[in-house]
Amino acid sequence: MNVLKKVTAVALIMFASIAAAQDVPTIEIDITGGNIRPVNTAVPQFVAETNGAQRLSGDIAAVVMSDLVSTGLFREIPGTAHIAGVTSFNAQPVFSDWSVVNAEALVTGAVSTSSDGRLVVKFRLFDVDAQLPIGDGVQYAGTQDSWRRMAHKVADTIYSRITGETGYFDSRIVFISETGPKNDRRKRLAVMDYDGANLRYLTDDSSIVLAPRFAPNTRDIIYTSYESGLPQVYLLNMDTGRRSQLLENTTNMATAPRFSPDGTKVVMSIIDGSNTDIYQVDLNTRNRTRLTSSAGIDTTPSYSPDGSQIVFASDRGGSQQLYVMGANGGEARRISAGGGSYGTPVWSPRGDMIAFTKIKSGRFHIGVMRTDGSRENLLTASFIDEAPTWSPNGRVLMFFRETAGANGAPQVYSVDLTGRNLRRVDTPSFASDPDWSGVLR
Amino acid sequence: MGFRKTGLALAAVLALGACQNGGIFGGGSGGGTDQTPGSGNIEESSLAFFNTTIGDTILFSVNVATLSTGAKRILDAQVAWLNQYPARTITIEGHADEQGTREYNLALGARRAAAVQNYMVSAGLLETRLSIISYGKERPLEVCSTEACWSKNRRSVTVVAGGLGNV
Repeated sequence: MNVLKKVTAVALIMFASIAAAQDVPTIEIDITGGNIRPVNTAVPQFVAETNGAQRLSGDIAAVVMSDLVSTGLFREIPGTAHIAGVTSFNAQPVFSDWSVVNAEALVTGAVSTSSDGRLVVKFRLFDVDAQLPIGDGVQYAGTQDSWRRMAHKVADTIYSRITGETGYFDSRIVFISETGPKNDRRKRLAVMDYDGANLRYLTDDSSIVLAPRFAPNTRDIIYTSYESGLPQVYLLNMDTGRRSQLLENTTNMATAPRFSPDGTKVVMSIIDGSNTDIYQVDLNTRNRTRLTSSAGIDTTPSYSPDGSQIVFASDRGGSQQLYVMGANGGEARRISAGGGSYGTPVWSPRGDMIAFTKIKSGRFHIGVMRTDGSRENLLTASFIDEAPTWSPNGRVLMFFRETAGANGAPQVYSVDLTGRNLRRVDTPSFASDPDWSGVLR
Repeated sequence: MGFRKTGLALAAVLALGACQNGGIFGGGSGGGTDQTPGSGNIEESSLAFFNTTIGDTILFSVNVATLSTGAKRILDAQVAWLNQYPARTITIEGHADEQGTREYNLALGARRAAAVQNYMVSAGLLETRLSIISYGKERPLEVCSTEACWSKNRRSVTVVAGGLGNV
């Protein structure tokens, strides 16, 4: 397979804080806990250290704030409430200016540009009450085009320092953009930043396209398209635009592809007449290995993050349920136990949970369970909530929600693993089948 | 299940078709019904005849691919027509309602299309003349979100190609 090495767009330098870091920061959020009180956070406009950096200094601070607020764990102290700004990145902040507006966390930053188009972004994070820095200052350098990525990296670092979890803002979503009426929907493969920015279409709308998935390298995508007439699985490299059909010379329909965690294999469904089974395809040889042989519909396979197991949906026992088998097939063990039917299981990047779609009594839910099926927890409910995908840190799920009726249409939503913080992800048209990349490299 | 032979199937179709249409699947079968100008004046070799007079669509119950007696009667008529016009080939589309996940419904649509395919082949249609495709829930015919629409979207559609000049 054609895996391009991604050119690192952002370089990172840590530098010592103004005041020596001491003690542990007092601002902490346990995001697995019950009630979360968001941290009041001020992100004043970053200091523009060169003339060319004026515009970006405000834009970057805004993206950082937006990232943090989107988690539900931070509350913005808006600029209109600030009684002072930050004019020098290296001077000690006047903490009383920030405690008086109830800020608990303060982010200061500076932006500079160079004549060769480079951009440098620096930031520091402070605990206002303790009047102490939280961690060292950090500096990122990259191209001016990558300013949003640098802002996301700043926010990732802040999120990580406050929550103890790795961040997920510097990531992308590949999804299906939809237009037109319900009985003549036009679909296009599209990719965007996790927050909806930098949207780019990867196909036109001449063929139905479905369920794209990122490779671990975040540059290759695998998806289902009807461009040959039949639904077939295609590989696409986003850097080169090169596209190929995964299995050539086949008259079978193929769907539901997903990469293995090491990116060398794809697991997917091949439909042969009335029977649908799961196959593994080696990306170098394109050889296929059959992993299931039940007479039922076996589909939507997903690897465990260590690559040793596969969870999938099957109606072999009557209703659709979730099963786990070894990565080379063999006996499968049913894990879903509740009433209703289950589909689209996805193993969490942490390995300890499986997210799924559940259909019960005419309602759709996004839910999670342990990998043995225990501790099922339904996070959402609506007419159609379908196809969850995990944030890179396994704390947030995206999925699509489709409204009912003649004008019903899908939109992408995100929700925390706890069921809190349900949000619609802004897209210019209808959107479905999201897949969340890993953190970009 | 005794009348799978073409002649018998054709006879069954004649009885079915005669009530609405004068022309019956080419001559020779002794239809003997009168042409009734103005009412359903559709050339029997045409796609319109196949699609509307015989019926190109089979409906299914929730989450199954079982063919009802009425569905089999329509398929028998389709096979008889196709035997009459051997240049025609068909694609059988399988569809599902929106009450299921996308990938499962793709497989379910394939199961429905395959059920139709298997029935037609066992009724004597050459396997090389048909192919199947599933659209799952991608191409609903009706757009409301109640059983009134879902029951029409759980369908297979026999799409006729080939046999130039007949439209």
